[in-house]
Amino acid sequence: MTLLSLDMLLVLEKLILIIIIVFASLGIALYTTFAERKVAAILQDRPGPERAGPFGLFQPLADGLKLIMKEEIIPSSSNKALFILGPGLAMTAALMTCAVIPWGSTVHLFGREIDLQIADINIGILYVFGVVSLGVYGIMIGGWASNNKFSLMAALRGASQAISYELAMGIALIALLMTTNTLSLREIVNQQMAPGHLWNIAYQPLGFLLFFICAMAECNRTPFDLPEAENELNFGYHQEYSSMKLGFYLFSEYINMIMSSAIMASLYFGGFDIPFFDEKILPQNMAALVGVGALLIKIVIFIFIFMWIRWTIPRFRYDQLMNLGWKSLIPLALANMLATGAWILYHG
Amino acid sequence: MSTTEILFFFLSALAIFSAIMVLISKNPIYSVLWLVVTFFAISGHYILLNAQFLAIVNIIVYAGAIMVLFLFVVMLMNLNQQNEPQKGLWMKVAGVVSGGCFLMVFVSLVRQAVDLRTKVAMTTGGDIGLIKNLGRVLFNDYVVPFEITSVLFLSAMVGAIVMGKKD
Repeated sequence: MTLLSLDMLLVLEKLILIIIIVFASLGIALYTTFAERKVAAILQDRPGPERAGPFGLFQPLADGLKLIMKEEIIPSSSNKALFILGPGLAMTAALMTCAVIPWGSTVHLFGREIDLQIADINIGILYVFGVVSLGVYGIMIGGWASNNKFSLMAALRGASQAISYELAMGIALIALLMTTNTLSLREIVNQQMAPGHLWNIAYQPLGFLLFFICAMAECNRTPFDLPEAENELNFGYHQEYSSMKLGFYLFSEYINMIMSSAIMASLYFGGFDIPFFDEKILPQNMAALVGVGALLIKIVIFIFIFMWIRWTIPRFRYDQLMNLGWKSLIPLALANMLATGAWILYHG
Repeated sequence: MSTTEILFFFLSALAIFSAIMVLISKNPIYSVLWLVVTFFAISGHYILLNAQFLAIVNIIVYAGAIMVLFLFVVMLMNLNQQNEPQKGLWMKVAGVVSGGCFLMVFVSLVRQAVDLRTKVAMTTGGDIGLIKNLGRVLFNDYVVPFEITSVLFLSAMVGAIVMGKKD
């Protein structure tokens, strides 16, 4: 009797892929915190963390250990179930994005062709949007359940900021999708790898700029980190959190950063494409591995730019943030979309 | 039992359970969150019908935008058990009875409808829900209703701005 008619090997393959990608993301996020401190130190002309291990490389492990060992405090007046749900949701939403990102081309292993992507669904980029729009819940639920007015205010700020910038991001993306004619991330990357086709940044420079700004706002990075503005809101929506729950919130920010870098690299910078190089001359597995490396390098560059901006530009005021979102980015994105449409109509 | 059936029964049970939880939760915040779970279960059903676009738009629009606004309102009004008007016992009984009658009529209607009797849900073959086909249908066969809807949306947006504007 067969209860389930499933290709068990496929399930196993995907399961291994999921485990690798999730743990790799967590590992990279761990070292992104270290990189953040080092970049900040370099920009501020000081050595930064250097005591734990060679070049301070064990610092993130020490930080993680410290967070785990801290006392777990759940405020007595908080809503306990939602208080615990909040950080979990933030983390889940951050990690769910990795399902549709094409991390590399196809690997040939044990007689199977394995796509280095968890799911190539034909609505790939819309899926990312769905998950991003869920990220708000983690902040809102956590902020409200803490039963602290600063947390609630920060949560409301975070949610309204996320919703406002999602609009401009969506419109910037529509312009890109009009040129690619597909929503599948793998196909978008393959189009960019095709000979004679430039990366999408060449066709959509304004769209990329808008997307980048909005991605920064979605990740709550400075200059858009209004939800955690210490001088106005003490510590923001995770003020009442301690120990690993706080760690989850802080960590999900870094994971969001990695995922949005990966999305931007795939959409506008050719994903796992190596510039000025034809991957077809390499053996298949070699090409896939080199492609993964290329994507990782692009992600690292994006993360560095995120940090560079964080430690250079001060935080916006709230009205400036809303004005930028609604009065500059959305009209620009609309104009970009109309221009792209007109261009396709007359030249395409 | 095939995988599709298992998924179908799981999603149906989840949808019904969370819909009931929406009704019986005392705290409005829980109601909103259970409603989000319901939307997810329904999106799962759309995916089983191979309507991926509908599924993801359901999540983006309902779970991602509308329910966040609901959550906003509930959080800002700080609704809770204490200041929610309590209904009398008879009111509750009457509500359950009339709701149950409606459910019975509805179920028998769906079961006996001539239009539905011969139709079987296309769980694997149907591809009308894919974004390419949906776009073709919307812009070829249903272009007038589509445009009318967009005008309706525009007027609703203008209305919202007019109402929200301080004067």
